[in-house]
Amino acid sequence: MSKAGWIRTLLLVGAVGALELACRTGAIAPTMVTAPSKMVTTLIKTLQSDEIGMHLRHTLSAVAIAMSIAIVGGFVIGFVLNWVPFLRRAFSPFLAAYYAIPHFAFYPLLIVIFGLGPVPLIVLATLFAMVAMILATMAGLDRVPRVLLKTARIHRLSLIEEIWRVRLPAAAPHILSGLKLAVAYSFIGVIAGEFILSTSGIGHEIAFAYDNFDNPRMYALILFVLGIVTLFNMAVFAWERRMLRRRGA
Amino acid sequence: MIAGAPRLAAVGDEAAYKIHARLEGVTRVYPPRAGHAEVHALGPISFDLRAGEFFSVVGPSGCGKSTLLDVLAGLAVPSAGTVEFEGKPVHGEVPDGVGVVFQEDASFPWLTVEDNVAFGLRRAGVDAAESKRRVDFAVAFMGLRDFSRAYPSQLSGGMRQRVCIARTLVMQPRLILLDEPFGALDQQTRLLMGDELLRLWRETSATVLLITHALDEANLLSDRIGVMSARPGRFLDIVETGWPRDRDSRLAERADFGAVTSRLWSYLRGESLRALGQGTAAR
Repeated sequence: MSKAGWIRTLLLVGAVGALELACRTGAIAPTMVTAPSKMVTTLIKTLQSDEIGMHLRHTLSAVAIAMSIAIVGGFVIGFVLNWVPFLRRAFSPFLAAYYAIPHFAFYPLLIVIFGLGPVPLIVLATLFAMVAMILATMAGLDRVPRVLLKTARIHRLSLIEEIWRVRLPAAAPHILSGLKLAVAYSFIGVIAGEFILSTSGIGHEIAFAYDNFDNPRMYALILFVLGIVTLFNMAVFAWERRMLRRRGA
Repeated sequence: MIAGAPRLAAVGDEAAYKIHARLEGVTRVYPPRAGHAEVHALGPISFDLRAGEFFSVVGPSGCGKSTLLDVLAGLAVPSAGTVEFEGKPVHGEVPDGVGVVFQEDASFPWLTVEDNVAFGLRRAGVDAAESKRRVDFAVAFMGLRDFSRAYPSQLSGGMRQRVCIARTLVMQPRLILLDEPFGALDQQTRLLMGDELLRLWRETSATVLLITHALDEANLLSDRIGVMSARPGRFLDIVETGWPRDRDSRLAERADFGAVTSRLWSYLRGESLRALGQGTAAR
């Protein structure tokens, strides 16, 4: 392991150990935080119950749908806006101000429109995630070096070939970072939405435990969400690194 | 002004050569844009590129050298005048048989050296066996054999530029246009790359047009050197060096070498000062 890796591990183990110690000695009351060991044991018990699988399925399917729409739609919209300058000029102020909007404030409105169920959650998460993908796609296409496009012309590539063989690979690192954001934002959108108001899902379960002063279960589920998101992110990062390593990026 | 003086001797010379590309009354004017007046970048320029010669273009910065190359390559359309390559008009499209190498790094970072070099062959419809043969040859010719599976990020600037030259070479161009290809390289690397360029020129018998701002480099490499005026660029003179075809960087040791460079500088000193003046006025 590298030096940085050691420091990172030590920090993590130290923090968890300190929390464990503080909880066990009573320095931190169990009504505030439960001990990490208890989070884990409660989590194991929770995972053995039947209903948690249903909640997990609801959350992950909503995330998957929102993520797919955000990535595909964001890429297409970003590409079109990059290609058609007047459209871009028309929309760029909205895009620039987009993340200043408190999206979750519109969630009740979405429930009124779509009813309480998976649809408003998916819409909320998609809206939250898609613009990151649009912006990253546009940034990537903007930064394709002109000399590479000239090279495409010298080799007399058709428009489709130019896009497929030059523009997209050149823009790939930016597009990929937009994809990573879209994945993270989809998770945030769905789980936060569930937390605010819903009838199922991991976010809902956390909120339910919170409302019932069921601290061990609440912390166990928070730990669970952390675990899932970390795993997912690690998978995306590993994939990205494999793609980019050889480009020296 | 020297530009206006007709060079009667040249007319006789030209008959003895095959003309490869011809520019007639070519100008390039950039239309006014927000906050900028119209810019007359180039011309009118008329000259013939002889088949198989090594022709360099020197001139003060901003004189339209690169514009001249873009027009000749079909990457830009002249505002007036005509461009011909092998007897056919060039207009906004790169003709078959023309290869271009730029100053900027134009290697594709996501492709290996081999795949970079092979980039244009698929489009050109070259079959796999022939494609491999040409790529192997070009990679070896440019001294990249040990790096054929490396990515550009693992190479130095000079080697990346060699990748771009190899990528042009596999297309077997009859006219090679080079836009300050060594501009970003250090002096030693430049000299060596110049030798390689001469070797490539001799062995492919292609016509070469090189844009450069280095007078020594132009002198060393060229059969003829077009000296351009400050913007709008036109030829003040076309200097014949008379160097043997079999030459390399040791040419610089010759006693008469310095005389040609001095002659180029005598044309360019005033023009460079003018260009500098334009620059300050614009600011």
